[in-house]
This record gives sequence, C-alpha cells and structure tokens, in this order.
Amino acid sequence: MDWLQRFLTSTIGLKVIMAVSGLVLVGFVIGHMLGNLQIFLEFVEEGMGREALNQYGALLKGNKLLLWGTRVTLLVAVAAHIYSACVLTLRARAARPANYKQHKWLSGSYAVRTMRWGGVILLAFIVYHLLHLTVGSEVTPSIEHCKVVGDGLQCPIFDNVVQGFRQPGVVLFYVIAQLALGFHLAHGIWSLFRTLGLGNPRFDGIIKKIAVGTAAAVTLGNVAIPVSVLVGLVGGAV
Amino acid sequence: MNLTLKIWRQQGPDAPGELVTYSVNDVNEDMSFLEMLDVLNESLEVKGEEPIAFESDCREGICGACGCMINGQPHGHKDRTTTCQLHMREFRDGETVVIEPFRAEAFPVLKDLIVDRSSFDRIIQSGGYISVRTGSAPDAHAVQVNKQDADEAFDKAACIGCGACVAACPNAAAMLFTGAKVMHLGNLPQGQVERYERVGAMVAKMDEEGFGHCSNAGECAVACPKGIDLRAIARMNKDLLLSQLKLRSK
Repeated sequence: MDWLQRFLTSTIGLKVIMAVSGLVLVGFVIGHMLGNLQIFLEFVEEGMGREALNQYGALLKGNKLLLWGTRVTLLVAVAAHIYSACVLTLRARAARPANYKQHKWLSGSYAVRTMRWGGVILLAFIVYHLLHLTVGSEVTPSIEHCKVVGDGLQCPIFDNVVQGFRQPGVVLFYVIAQLALGFHLAHGIWSLFRTLGLGNPRFDGIIKKIAVGTAAAVTLGNVAIPVSVLVGLVGGAV
Repeated sequence: MNLTLKIWRQQGPDAPGELVTYSVNDVNEDMSFLEMLDVLNESLEVKGEEPIAFESDCREGICGACGCMINGQPHGHKDRTTTCQLHMREFRDGETVVIEPFRAEAFPVLKDLIVDRSSFDRIIQSGGYISVRTGSAPDAHAVQVNKQDADEAFDKAACIGCGACVAACPNAAAMLFTGAKVMHLGNLPQGQVERYERVGAMVAKMDEEGFGHCSNAGECAVACPKGIDLRAIARMNKDLLLSQLKLRSK
C-alpha cells in the first residue's frame, strides 16, 4: 500500500481526490435540484407540488439505508474535497512565498480565481442550509419534522420550504450561495475531466458545454425555488 | 522613446530586495528588451553603479535563459515571445515598465533578475531520457512514427525550459513543463520502454522540488513562449493514472 500512499499524497494524486469527490458532489447537487424542482408541480395543479415534495421527502427519510448511505457518502466526499483543497492550497502558498509586485492574470476566468473563497462560501452555506432545513425546529422554529403515521412517514416538506423562504434575508443568502456554486461548478466540472486525464481535443468543446450548462442549470433551478416562494408564486395559500 | 523602469534589485539569494526606479532615454524602438537593459547597464557603469544582473544566452528565442516578469507577465505581453525577442516597439513612449524575476520557491533568486532554474534540470534527470541500443547509427526510418504522434511529440519538444509556466501559474506549478517533457517522449516509440516509470519519477521529483499543483487555470499555456498546449498536463495525468495500474499489475 506504500505506492497508493505515495500516489495519493502527490500533487496530482491530491487533485485526483479532489476530482473524484467533486464528481460525487456534482452528482448529488444535480439530483438534489431535480428532486426539489417537484415543487413547481404546483403550477400544474394546486396541491400537486405539495403532495409530490412531501412524498419525495418521506421516501428519502423513510429508507434508513438510502438516507444514511447518502449522508455518509456525502460527508466523506465533502471531507476529502476540503482536505485536498487545504493541503494543495498550503503547498501552493509554500511554492510561491514571495508575491509579485505587479501581476496580470492572462486567462484565468472569474470562476478560476474564486474557487477557493467560493468554496469557503459554499461550506458556510452547507452548514447553514443543514441547520435551516434539516436540523430544523431546534434552529428555525417554523420547521416541522417528519412524523410516523401508521406504517409510513408524513413529511411537511412543502410547508417547511414555504415557511423557510419567506424571509428576504435568508433568500438573499441562498441566492448568493447558488451563484458561488454556479461559478464553482463551471470551472470545477471542466477541471475535473482534465485532472482525470481527458486531454483529447475532440472532447474539449463538449466538456466546456457540459460544465457551463450544468452550472447554469443548477444555479437557475436552485435560485428559482426560494425566489418563487418569496414573491408568492409558490405556496401563497400556506 | 523614454521609459521609466522599476526593476527588482536583490544583492543575493538571502538578501532582501526592492523595486528601484530608473529612467532610460532615447530608446530605439528596434532594440530588443535585453538591448535596452544593456544600454541602461552601460549608463549605470559610467555612473559607477552596479549593473542590473539578468540572464541571457542565445538572444534568439531558443535557449530559454532570459525570462523575467515584464509588467506582471512572463516575457512581457507579446504572445509566443521570449524576453530577448520582445522589441521596444511594443512599448509606448513615457511608459512605466515593471521588471521582476520569476518567483517560485523552486526558482530561488540568485541576484536581481536571475533565478536558479536547476530544479528543472533535476526533473529531467529523474526520467527525461530514453534507453537506446548503442553502436552504429540506426537506419533512417528503421522506427516508424506516425504523423500525429510525431507532431504531438514535436509540439512538446518545443519547450525551452524557460520557466514562464511556473512564473505565470498562481500555484507556481511546473505541470506544463513536466507534462511537455513527459509527453514529448511518451508520444514516441523510442520513449515507450520507460514510459510509465518515467511519469511517476518525474512527477515525484517535481513535487520534491517544491512546485505547486495544477488548478487548470490555463495561465501557463498563455505565458508559454512556445505555445505548448495545456492538454499536455491532462495527458501526463492520464499517464500517471495508467502507470498506477500498469506498474501494480506487473
């Protein structure tokens, strides 16, 4: 196992850890958004979005294996992602102890330059988001937990979301965090393919499109939910 | 034309440095950047001051000795140009030009604008070679190389080891340099024997020398005077990943 340790502590090995954990997190972020977009079934018929979201919540929370399997996987992925980022950042600082008096960026986009601080914003957001809508009532009194009713669970997810997003300050923080996520994904998805060795010019264009497209879709989808609630498009009757 | 120069002066590796302002007058626009520094140095010597130490050798853009940061960019703002091939016509009359050495832990400043880039040599020594049968010269075309591989290898072989990639990289990484050296040989049939040992050895040496990591910002490829493609890094990553499988399964 000596070779594995040597590989995983090399700069490229650490980047591979970052890329693979990033890929897991990208998958989660897409799934998370798609699941939550069910709230917009409200537009098809009133009550349909509420029903879909509540059932979706009960499904996820009811299956302990699925729930804890996902939670542990995500926790490991986030920890690995942050660990590699910290080690590499420290090494990069050590690799250039003295900064330039004058320095010009040549091609690095806004997304590239904000990967580190964007990541810090995302971490703060993840902690807040978990306290806000998962830990719930202990932190935000308006949030109610799932209840066991008969054989199944009843989860008031829809009401929680609507109550949770009626404060403009909260929605503002969500929107800022989603913009940070968008930039992080736009560079991160493209970069992870390069880190994992995809250097074929034939795929360059498509990978850039996938990266930017995913980033834009996730940001728009995730921003739409709190904003729609705040302006009363969704859950006005609650 | 007249210019104001702000040049990094540093007596030795451990001495503190600072930007010192000089003015040079009557600069001819046909001069190269190094010739302009030569003119400044002559005037400094006349005044009894110590001339600015900078490195140069071929002065025709192929040796890689002359790199420095000019207005915050390695080799200045002109695309695919080394410092020696940058001409003063690229600057405006009255402009202020900031000149600094390349900065990286693995490139310690020796004096003023001169840095020690022997860490690059050590990376090459760790694996940038091939084993060949010695004896009489082989027949021409005895080893067939297809056009695509030859082109790829040649693009990578264009690297002159100037260090602009390290200088431009926000993490002071030597990934483009090492990627070019690894894939230059990795693309050719002659380089296959050591291909997977080579990539591991060169990456390990690169880390040991204290270079940073690649965040795919792409700064290096823009700064590279030889236009080496950023994809060289992805190719090296792939070879390193493959080497883990191939060498372990042996």
